[in-house]
Amino acid sequence: MFTFFFYLLSMAAYIAYLFFQHDRLQKIGYLLMLTGFVSHSLSLLLGYFTTGFFPGHNLYQTLLIAGWAFTGVFLLFQYRFNLKILGVYAAPLATVIMAVCLRAPEPAENVAVFFKSFWLFFHVITIFLGNAAFALACGIGVLYLIQEHNIKTKHRGFFFRRLPSLDLLDSTGHGCIIAGFTLLTIGLVAGILYAKAIWGRFWSWDVKEVWSGIMWLFYAALLHERLTVGWRGRKAAVMSIIGFMVLLFTFFGVNFLLGGHHGDFTR
Amino acid sequence: MHDIFLLGLNHKTAPVAVRECLAFTAPESVQAMAWLRKHAAIGEVVLFSTCNRVEILYTARDNAAALAAVKGFLSEYKQVSTHQFESSLYFYSGEEAVRHIFRVAASLDSMMVGEPQILGQIKAAYRTATQEKSTGVILNRLLHRTFWLAKRIRSETGIGDHAVSISYAAIELGRKIFGSLEKKKVLLIGAGEMAELAVEHLIRNRAGDILVANRTFSHAVELAGRYRGQAIRFEEIAKALATVDIIISSTGAPGFVILPDHVKGVMRGRKNRPLFFIDIAVPRDIDPKINRITNSYVYDIDDLKGVVDENIEDRGQEAIKAERLVDEAVIQFHKWYKGLEVVPTIVALRQQMEKIVEAEINRTLHGLGYETETDREAFSRMKTALINKILHYPTLFLKQKDTHGDTAAYLNTVRRMFQLDENNDCGGKH
Repeated sequence: MFTFFFYLLSMAAYIAYLFFQHDRLQKIGYLLMLTGFVSHSLSLLLGYFTTGFFPGHNLYQTLLIAGWAFTGVFLLFQYRFNLKILGVYAAPLATVIMAVCLRAPEPAENVAVFFKSFWLFFHVITIFLGNAAFALACGIGVLYLIQEHNIKTKHRGFFFRRLPSLDLLDSTGHGCIIAGFTLLTIGLVAGILYAKAIWGRFWSWDVKEVWSGIMWLFYAALLHERLTVGWRGRKAAVMSIIGFMVLLFTFFGVNFLLGGHHGDFTR
Repeated sequence: MHDIFLLGLNHKTAPVAVRECLAFTAPESVQAMAWLRKHAAIGEVVLFSTCNRVEILYTARDNAAALAAVKGFLSEYKQVSTHQFESSLYFYSGEEAVRHIFRVAASLDSMMVGEPQILGQIKAAYRTATQEKSTGVILNRLLHRTFWLAKRIRSETGIGDHAVSISYAAIELGRKIFGSLEKKKVLLIGAGEMAELAVEHLIRNRAGDILVANRTFSHAVELAGRYRGQAIRFEEIAKALATVDIIISSTGAPGFVILPDHVKGVMRGRKNRPLFFIDIAVPRDIDPKINRITNSYVYDIDDLKGVVDENIEDRGQEAIKAERLVDEAVIQFHKWYKGLEVVPTIVALRQQMEKIVEAEINRTLHGLGYETETDREAFSRMKTALINKILHYPTLFLKQKDTHGDTAAYLNTVRRMFQLDENNDCGGKH
């Protein structure tokens, strides 16, 4: 609840920053987000110590980790690239995730022993951090498209002044994709190793595994094309938005619509 | 006490011919301030002279005599009869003079609102005045407040934020595309005042290599030499697009010089890095269809004019905020200035003393642990007697105007020693 409250305040500060453009508001928004993140981390640790299990085996806990990873990655990227306006996207998204989290049912603890595995912990954390970086890349892609549209159409309205240069948006988005892809790759390898340890096989053509593979190939293609052909700017922005849609489908759509053994973790 | 006056003319009141006649060079300004300072009717003085204005800010007791002296000086020194410039003059006194100098320094009175040069020019004029010792307590305080206010207006309003010239607008747009213009390669096609100005701005923003193309190759070589760049032949333009980032075009060609096919042909080779075209030519050199190609942006002269007009409008909006800050500063300055009169200073000094002694009496009585009405009355009598005795000679000193020269300086010292302006000051250095 505290976490949600801090994210909500951070969102208010960032929205005020969007309108009034005072740097102090942006700093307040960032600090509130940081405070929320600390509170978020503490609640996750508390969950771990009270149950003895890594908290990632129902929708409530999965969302809790997703929100935590997203906030953490945002704070890191904000610190690294100083893309002040990014909080206008990140703070509301973190707040929405926490709001959904608060509404999600918290089922009774009935946890299989395999949840104690380090590989599961490592797999989930890296995948979620990777997903968070892709989520940020999507937001940056949207901001890029808005700014690019402003420059192309010579419409220098509200957002033209508030959004940074195309170059900064493009390089930050690219940074997010690289970070996300690296983490996703590590996470998938960890998942494969974990599957071998639990089910005795590396790959079982589970629908979630297939979609994760598609997602990995998608981002791999995006990075490859940037290096070879120069998929940057508008194309990269559009692709990072599509990539995030694939990610959302892999995360929610597959679990709720297509089933598979990963569905157990999100019910 | 001396009052503040300002006499001057500017681009709004005088044609350039008159302004030229009355403009002062730096050495002339030194002589002028020395002469004016020596005049019996004038107290302190500062003279500002820029291409758009000549203004004399001074203090005086006798308004009529000082005004006649300043006008006479202008006429005599510049060898121009008074009737030639009198109708162009404006004259402000007291609060209006203060407001005017605040507005000038904040560039609210400039030809282009928000231009930054004027503050530097006023600072330079003030520096000269202090070197010539032609300023005193009043103008020192006024000018320091002026600089403080101008800085505040610049930081708290967006008055100087947006570019208001075609070439600056192009730079501003370039920054929105590339972030930094550092090391960005520039191709200048043709020549022209505006295009060259834009190139100079780019160089100042640490742009990288400059390529110059012209129909007449010798002109290209000459221009390239000026920017330490490289001349290329007109036919090489399409090939050069593969390596440059910013293209400024200003030729007299009747048709388009760069076509969409030229750009499409190089985009893959340059790995889709953005291209920014600034087309200053009329008729246009760059086919506007290029703007439809991904990662290439075309701005022609009308687009840039649109940017400038919008920015001018924005500055106008910010100027309203700036005027509010000026009003506030005028009120604050007026408060300080009124305090320089003898009676308010003595009253303020007395109140300050009473406050201090009262607080100490209360603390002592509280420490003793008992207090009767008789004790309190006795302490109160002691307080009045003490203050009367302590302030007797300082009061006499301040009231005897004729025995010392600059009353304002003494009053100012007293006010600063006892921090009598502490509550109405905004933290500026004086």
